[in-house]
Amino acid sequence: MEAFLHQVLAGLANGAVYASLALALVMIYQSTHHINFAQGEMAMFSTYLAWAMINAGVPYWLAFVSTVLASFVIGVVIERAVIRRVANAPVLTVVVVFIALLVIFNSVAGWIFSYTIKVFPSPFPSQPLFGPYISTHEAGVVGISVLVLTLLYLFFRFTPLGLAMRATAENPVSARLAGIRVGWMLALGWGLAAAIGAVAGMMIASIVYLDPNMLSGVLLYAIAAALLGGIDNPFGAVVGGLAIGVLENLMGAYVVGTELKLTVALAVIIGVLIFRPTGLFGRAFVTRV
Amino acid sequence: MPVLEVSDLHAGYGRSDVLHGLSFSVEDGGITTVLGANGAGKTTLLRALCGLLPVRGSIVLAGTQIAGRPTEAIVRLGVAHVPDGRGTFLNLSTEENLRVGAITRRDRAEVARDFERIYAYFPRLKERRHQQAGTLSGGEQQMLAISRALMLRPRLLLLDEPSFGLAPLVVQDIFRIMRTINAEQKVSMLLVEQNASLALDLANTAYLLETGRVVMSGPAQELRRADNVRQAYLGY
Repeated sequence: MEAFLHQVLAGLANGAVYASLALALVMIYQSTHHINFAQGEMAMFSTYLAWAMINAGVPYWLAFVSTVLASFVIGVVIERAVIRRVANAPVLTVVVVFIALLVIFNSVAGWIFSYTIKVFPSPFPSQPLFGPYISTHEAGVVGISVLVLTLLYLFFRFTPLGLAMRATAENPVSARLAGIRVGWMLALGWGLAAAIGAVAGMMIASIVYLDPNMLSGVLLYAIAAALLGGIDNPFGAVVGGLAIGVLENLMGAYVVGTELKLTVALAVIIGVLIFRPTGLFGRAFVTRV
Repeated sequence: MPVLEVSDLHAGYGRSDVLHGLSFSVEDGGITTVLGANGAGKTTLLRALCGLLPVRGSIVLAGTQIAGRPTEAIVRLGVAHVPDGRGTFLNLSTEENLRVGAITRRDRAEVARDFERIYAYFPRLKERRHQQAGTLSGGEQQMLAISRALMLRPRLLLLDEPSFGLAPLVVQDIFRIMRTINAEQKVSMLLVEQNASLALDLANTAYLLETGRVVMSGPAQELRRADNVRQAYLGY
């Protein structure tokens, strides 16, 4: 029973990271209708920025905030410099661009920081503060993720800028006709997604160690989470993330063993796409004419 | 003094022009209508005016040349467009749709007053203000589209077939309120309609469009009496 509880709680901590990354995927999907395959590598690159700063003696939380801001800027620049140019291109072109970004970030990180595995520090104390079943870092990951998600919710729900971004994602032409600068809203969306990814990267790096490939598997979990929750539903992405995290851990511990954990995520992806393509909370598109 | 003066306007899709050198004007504070059959270029005209299509020619809004400017800039100069299909944000609530309409404005107190004004014109929208806009009826969505445009406090309101797909009683209602809004808010309107009878009732000035050219213009009451308009568009 205790082992079971531990697996569930550890699963929630991983799930919180998947949820954040899934949310980043959903945000970009809503405005572009594509899954950004480079989301994980962008987050990994951000994590290296944090690692470099911390190694240079910058205090953890200062490095954390600087990384989030830098990632936001990187996201905005990628949208304005690259994604905008293929906005009207066929799907395959966009997918190729995303894969190119993935490879570029991966190899640039390897080139600058080398491929050797690095230890990424946790900002949380190592002694367990929340009982025997969950480490303080895991609890911290959950806490930080909840904080990020709450802030995002408040931003989108209650600020004019958040409203403008939602309007843009739903109907860019109508948004433009209301005087919204649609181009900037899309760039801002990329910035926010990159910033969320950076938080997810820094949180997971203390659990899995830092190397250029650390997030390629995590991105698969995030894609599974986003699809499970409904690819166009931010709330669904969060629920899907937590569910995948717990499911992955329990299946790994009791059913398929740790080597086949990732297969569980792939099975979920295939299962959702075959049996319920809109996910748990997604909307089937019905239009009134 | 016209609020909008268009001369020699060409616009279209890709290489094929739909509008072939259009000239007309919209009187300040008045209602002008552009009539025409399917494919005459009515929707294209409105899209061209607010910068959604590349144009050649001159479009002057209250003394400012706006041809070739980006849509956002034209909207911020006071041109509100109620597009065909209504352009409702279906996942946002009624109230959020109206807030989007006012998103470029900074005069918060006036925006709050405009909310009340619009809810007075369309009490149905007030009842449904927290409801998701996608669940509104067609008529309510048309009211919402007009209201969203009004929240911009436009000088010029472009209306693309507001009667389209609605029950006759609902259409009458909406047109009656549009007349009130024109009188009370002094907002100039350019109305594009297939329902010529309704449009000629509402408008002061009318233009008849055929395959991208103005073939007739004058006071609405005169056009109503013209033989070709009567036979082709009014059906008697």
